[in-house]
Amino acid sequence: MSDAPKGFPLPSSLKVVPGTEAAQAAYPYYTQFVPEDDERFWFYNSMHFPEPMHHFDMITAEAAYCALGAFNTRVHVLPTAKGIDHRIINGRVYIGGVAVTDPDEIAERVGEFQQRAFYYYENWETLYDQWKVKMKALIADAQALPVPTLPDYEPLETTHTGKGIAANHDLLKIYQQQVEGYHRMWHHHFEFLLLGYGAYMTFFDFCKKAFPEISDQAISRMVAGMEAEIFRPDEEVKRLARRAVELGVDAHFIDNADIDTVLADLDKVGSGGKEWLAELETSRNPWFNVSSGDGFYHYHRSWNDDLSMPFAALPGYIEKIKAGTNIERPTAQLIEEREALVADYRELLDTDEDKATYDQLIGLAHRVFPYVEGHKFYCEHWYTNLFFNKIREFGRLLLKHGFFGPDGVEEDVFHLTQFELESAIIDLMLAWSIGIDGRGPTYWPPIVAQRKAAIAEWALHDTPPALGNVPDAIDDPAINMLWGITRENLDKWLDDGSENDKELKGFAACSGVVEGTARIVKSVQEIGRLQQGDILVCQVTNPTWSPIFQKISAAVSDIGGSMSHMAIVAREYGLPAVVGTGKATSRIKDGQRIRVDGGRGVVTILDDEPVSEQPVLEEA
Amino acid sequence: MSDAVAWFADVGIADRPTVGGKGGSLGELTQAGIAVPPGFVVTTSAFEGFLEALEAREPVRTKVEALDPHDLGAATRLSEQLRARVMNEPMPGHVESAIMQAMRELCADGQPVAVRSSATTEDAEDASFAGLQDTFLWVLTPEDMALKVRECWGSLYSVESMTYRRKQDFPESGVAMAVVVQRMVDAMCAGVMFTRSPTTGDKSVITIEGAWGLGSAVVSGEVTPDRWVVGKITGDISVRDISDKHAKQVPAPGGGIVEVELEGADRTTPCLTDEQLLALREVGRKVERHYGKPQDIEWALDKAGDVLLLQSRPETVWSVKDAAAKPIADPTANPLAHVMNIFGGRK
Repeated sequence: MSDAPKGFPLPSSLKVVPGTEAAQAAYPYYTQFVPEDDERFWFYNSMHFPEPMHHFDMITAEAAYCALGAFNTRVHVLPTAKGIDHRIINGRVYIGGVAVTDPDEIAERVGEFQQRAFYYYENWETLYDQWKVKMKALIADAQALPVPTLPDYEPLETTHTGKGIAANHDLLKIYQQQVEGYHRMWHHHFEFLLLGYGAYMTFFDFCKKAFPEISDQAISRMVAGMEAEIFRPDEEVKRLARRAVELGVDAHFIDNADIDTVLADLDKVGSGGKEWLAELETSRNPWFNVSSGDGFYHYHRSWNDDLSMPFAALPGYIEKIKAGTNIERPTAQLIEEREALVADYRELLDTDEDKATYDQLIGLAHRVFPYVEGHKFYCEHWYTNLFFNKIREFGRLLLKHGFFGPDGVEEDVFHLTQFELESAIIDLMLAWSIGIDGRGPTYWPPIVAQRKAAIAEWALHDTPPALGNVPDAIDDPAINMLWGITRENLDKWLDDGSENDKELKGFAACSGVVEGTARIVKSVQEIGRLQQGDILVCQVTNPTWSPIFQKISAAVSDIGGSMSHMAIVAREYGLPAVVGTGKATSRIKDGQRIRVDGGRGVVTILDDEPVSEQPVLEEA
Repeated sequence: MSDAVAWFADVGIADRPTVGGKGGSLGELTQAGIAVPPGFVVTTSAFEGFLEALEAREPVRTKVEALDPHDLGAATRLSEQLRARVMNEPMPGHVESAIMQAMRELCADGQPVAVRSSATTEDAEDASFAGLQDTFLWVLTPEDMALKVRECWGSLYSVESMTYRRKQDFPESGVAMAVVVQRMVDAMCAGVMFTRSPTTGDKSVITIEGAWGLGSAVVSGEVTPDRWVVGKITGDISVRDISDKHAKQVPAPGGGIVEVELEGADRTTPCLTDEQLLALREVGRKVERHYGKPQDIEWALDKAGDVLLLQSRPETVWSVKDAAAKPIADPTANPLAHVMNIFGGRK
């Protein structure tokens, strides 16, 4: 019924899945829904957190929203919006904006904003150079944190140097420094981000007014940078493919090979193999510090942790090189195309005034964009991966001291909240100092088991894309820019399925029409299932998936806007793509034939079998 | 050769007074290297010669000038009378032989032609002036062609045309008509193309409409055409509205056209492929660049799939609005002021 009032379920109507109450209660009190939350509008942050959250991983949400909110509310002082609030239920993170509506307060904030944000824009390059220095130093600090250890006896030098501090104290210090560093990284992350997106959106807005029917992707292509760090890992894989051919060791790279065996064989086959292994090391530092996921979960390992992604891509690249196909990224050509695009649209403007404004805005967008594209490598990939690996060191130590029981693994540490982990560390510090076993070995194993079960259970349940009544307008620039959420696409979510259950609409990310077999890939562990020519259907991708873009014929995602990384990479590869469909991974079944129209942003399910066979769990 | 005939390759838009808007435009396109079906124009001087002979027998122009545009009965009677005279008056010999000779040259292989009126004044392009019955398709013989030329001339004396001129107080001495004679394209599909959006005026897109068979089905509105929106610069196809095309117009065996019902997949299959859409876009851009302003184009694809233009004229609706348009954003010395559009809260 089109004229019935539409809304999403209220937060209070969302029930904790039976049997998981204890796991739900263990999330921090300030992230639990309360009755007053029914008054507000929330949406599921499936872009950043598409899977149920391990308790430790909530630190990513917490640190990110601490920093995002601080910059929006109090550092740059965005006039119409404060920070982003978050809640968690059944492992799913919901977020809500805080709009400023009082005109006097907005006016006051406009004054503050202009003194602050404008300073950033005016000094962008200097501040960004400074940012990179800061960020690299932060990474170096985190790398330098010692591995936490508890010796049976303190080394003699502790006594002889009069150090006066024992090893157990370092545990707390290291842990707190890790947490402090992670929070600091997220502050750096948001130092420029909203301002960068804002400058981009200003140009975007102008283009939409000047050219009402321009596609988002055309604007994105005008702004896209060419030298962003995020393309580099894929470039390194291509380089390694080229070197493998040059060194005559390409025969070692075949689909689904055991990576350890390949590496061991290369070490044995003479100078060519060894030289290639040395090239691999060069690529790994730092470029393989790129996460195979979006870097927000502890199990999004980097290429350095798990070489599956580059090794899945190598055989394809090698084959292409041997066939004489050029696999180089045509940077000069891409730049030329971008400049031509900018000039051609400019030519269509009627007046010199409009041309002058256009020049100003594209100039500003080009200035800020290197940050928007480049920061992810340092923040979400390199630092985040480093941080989780550092936490693993505590996992290993606690495991060794029996905290996860005889069948435990170091990964169990991620089932503890950050506060519980600190308490476990203090428990261990006490036990070591007292000279007895800690309480942890009996206390934690059942809790870890319970949470494992809860996460597995939660993953079986869909969750509504939003909660509460839809506001008339969503004026929060952060929510518009970072999540691509507007009033229009909320209406689309509400309409979803009521018109045509064979068709999904999303953002047109890269044009072209392709029909093929849908392959639902829910995590990076499943990428091996992709066959040449398949259509990738996933919740969200990021540029580290780009090496497999050579294998697929089109891409579809649940989440993302025209500037999402999937969209950027798809355009680089000329791969038809539709992003931000909301529900592609739940509506499309693995193996179904689908048609992707990347120019219109439409995905059509071609198979006749009823889509309702898909278990529909949401009761909304 | 007589000045009654001018070949496309020899005329341009500046020749409008003698070859009309359509003839001048087809000449201009030919000269710009854009594929149009070859042809010639029966110039206004041929018309003038004919009218002179007509006037010698009995006045024409003074009768039209004396017409009360609000007296529909009188206009109808005058129209019937003048059109009958146009049909019955023999064509001056040198004109008739020149145009028939031109057609034999144009269609040495006996191919048919289209005969279309080509008015000489700007406001004459208004449909209310030129009337709709001024295009004759699939004309097979030089004799028939000459007859259709005469009918085009006669359309100047349609009720709508005459009353329009009277309401505008347009001097009859300035009224003349050229006629385009052009090799007929046996179109696989045909339609129209605007080099800006007819709905939003956006100059960055090209709207293409088309259906199977001759373009007459689209232009006359007999068939709902397929419709696409293509990025002028990017080539992205952002809209694909494929319609149910119930019929197409095709050449009739004895000349003229006939409507054929379509069945099955033909009705819902898009009449253009993506490659063909992009080829049309290329041509549209080329024409727009040539004229320096957005165009309203009629096109056809021949049986080989090659694009041919049948007509191009400046888009008029949005260009009027453009002239009155305000800047998209108020100009400011500091680009950062624009950023407030995003951060300052939207209206």
